[in-house]
Amino acid sequence: MAIKVRVLKRPERKSSYIRASLQGMALTFRHMVDPRKVTIEYPDQKKELSPRWRGTHVMEKHDDGRPKCVACGLCPTVCPANCIKLVPGEDDQGNRYPIVYEIDEFRCIFCGMCQEVCPVEAIHVGQHYENAEYSRAGFVYDLDRLMKQEHPSTLLWDPSDPAGE
Amino acid sequence: MQAATSYQELEGTAFLVISAVKVLGAFTVVMVVVAMLTLLERKVSAWMQDRLGPNRVGPGGIAQPLADGIKNILKEETHPAEANRVFFTLAPMLSLIPALVTFAVIPFAAPLPTHWGVVPMIVADLPVGILFLLAFSSLGVYGIVIAGWASFNKYALLGGLRAGAQMISYEIALGLSLMSVFFLTGNVGLPEVVYRQQEMNLWFALPLSVSFFFFWISSFAETNRLPFDLPEAESELVTGYHTEYSSMKFSMFFIAEYAHVLTVSALMATLFLGGWDIPLWQGDDMLGLVDGRWVGAAPAWWKTLLTFGAFAVKTFIFIIVFMLVRWTVPRFRYDQVMDLGWKILLPAALAAVVVTAAAVLALDSAGIEMTRLEWGFVPVYGLALTAVNGVMLAAVMWVLDRGRTLQGTGSLEEKRMKARALAKARTAARRVPVPAATERAG
Repeated sequence: MAIKVRVLKRPERKSSYIRASLQGMALTFRHMVDPRKVTIEYPDQKKELSPRWRGTHVMEKHDDGRPKCVACGLCPTVCPANCIKLVPGEDDQGNRYPIVYEIDEFRCIFCGMCQEVCPVEAIHVGQHYENAEYSRAGFVYDLDRLMKQEHPSTLLWDPSDPAGE
Repeated sequence: MQAATSYQELEGTAFLVISAVKVLGAFTVVMVVVAMLTLLERKVSAWMQDRLGPNRVGPGGIAQPLADGIKNILKEETHPAEANRVFFTLAPMLSLIPALVTFAVIPFAAPLPTHWGVVPMIVADLPVGILFLLAFSSLGVYGIVIAGWASFNKYALLGGLRAGAQMISYEIALGLSLMSVFFLTGNVGLPEVVYRQQEMNLWFALPLSVSFFFFWISSFAETNRLPFDLPEAESELVTGYHTEYSSMKFSMFFIAEYAHVLTVSALMATLFLGGWDIPLWQGDDMLGLVDGRWVGAAPAWWKTLLTFGAFAVKTFIFIIVFMLVRWTVPRFRYDQVMDLGWKILLPAALAAVVVTAAAVLALDSAGIEMTRLEWGFVPVYGLALTAVNGVMLAAVMWVLDRGRTLQGTGSLEEKRMKARALAKARTAARRVPVPAATERAG
């Protein structure tokens, strides 16, 4: 059956060919000679990230180089993508620490819930996005690699200060 | 200063050697300019969209064409299994060569005096000039049609067909708009066209403005560029005739397109903007040797350089307009292209030829000299023609701008409604009354 299409009659001023084309050409010409361009030349210039940008993870560490993580198991529990692998251990003084702590950055959906849930502010999502690898295995970040990340970590949204002031 | 005393034509070996040098020189310059045009197009399109365009290879991206060339040569060449190998290979050459050959008959500078004689700055000063050009520019479409057919691909074939149809439709308007140039020149050689414009003290763009306008439109169609790029309409036909082509073969179609743009721009500059003529200066009005006598001003090497500059600038203006239009105007629908070609351009160009011919005849029988300058600076003949053509151009613009032909689907809707009502009425009139079920049973 025929489809009901309502065709709008445009005013002649807008649909006339010559005038409209000339107007369009004037517009493109103005843009052509305009020195203001919007390109960001990526590898040389980088766009400033939002302080709330959630990217590659960072593990905070103590001054003596131990990870701050206490292996409480909250982050693997809360992780909706199930990308955190944690094997907890305990030392002589009864301090818990992670024996294995791995994050699969491929599975991660960068929701930032691990950072929100962490009681000791050990795991963070960070302001970083350039993580290309030659293999899939390279995207599984172990504890050492997470501690070596140097980019700033994400500022989480604070409900008491919604505008971030 | 020896050259000043002996204006002679080139003869014998000197002619051969200098011709070879000119061929090589023109070929190199054209190829380099074409390569640069590909870069320029990308740059211009980028600037129009507030981007920067390619700027990685070389300073400001100037070596980008080189990188593209290397990339295209190194890429894999694909041959579709069902494609006709011979014609598939032949098609890119067939479209490239005519595009390059046409440049041969365009004069690009004032004659250059040398030790061996005066060198006309044109690769081949053929007596059939424009006719040669018309013949070869329409040969280019064979490459496209053959490419479309040999690819064994529906889209490519459709693209080729469209190219053929478009070329036929617009070649007529192109040829007709050239007629009025012939009226004024009385010759088909392009150097004579330039000289006549210098003699008239007015470029043909003004006294033949209608022809200029039609020629311009048709040349867009001839070069298959937007708004007439139906043969490669990306949104409908993948990329049309070169869908199946890859690597250097694809590149050759590309080079051919830009060579066409260059040639057509140069041609328009020559025919309607005085070619290498420098405006408001009599010192460059030189035709050449006619029966052993030099006609016009004396040639000099610096005049050759200056006039070449003028020619380049004029050509460049047309090229920029080509690009400006390409990145501004959307593509026509197929029926709009045909409507414009057959319903507007053909009759209007025909009418323009008749009116211009009548005006030329009237001016000639009134005894007004073409070269006459009233009060030293008013070219009467040219201005009279300008008035006539201006009126016609205004009429053409008015018709085009009312939007009847080029309007969107809105205009079609009315037609469709009318046709539907008509069809309904007709069926109603012809309807045979169906007997009721009871009657049939009985």
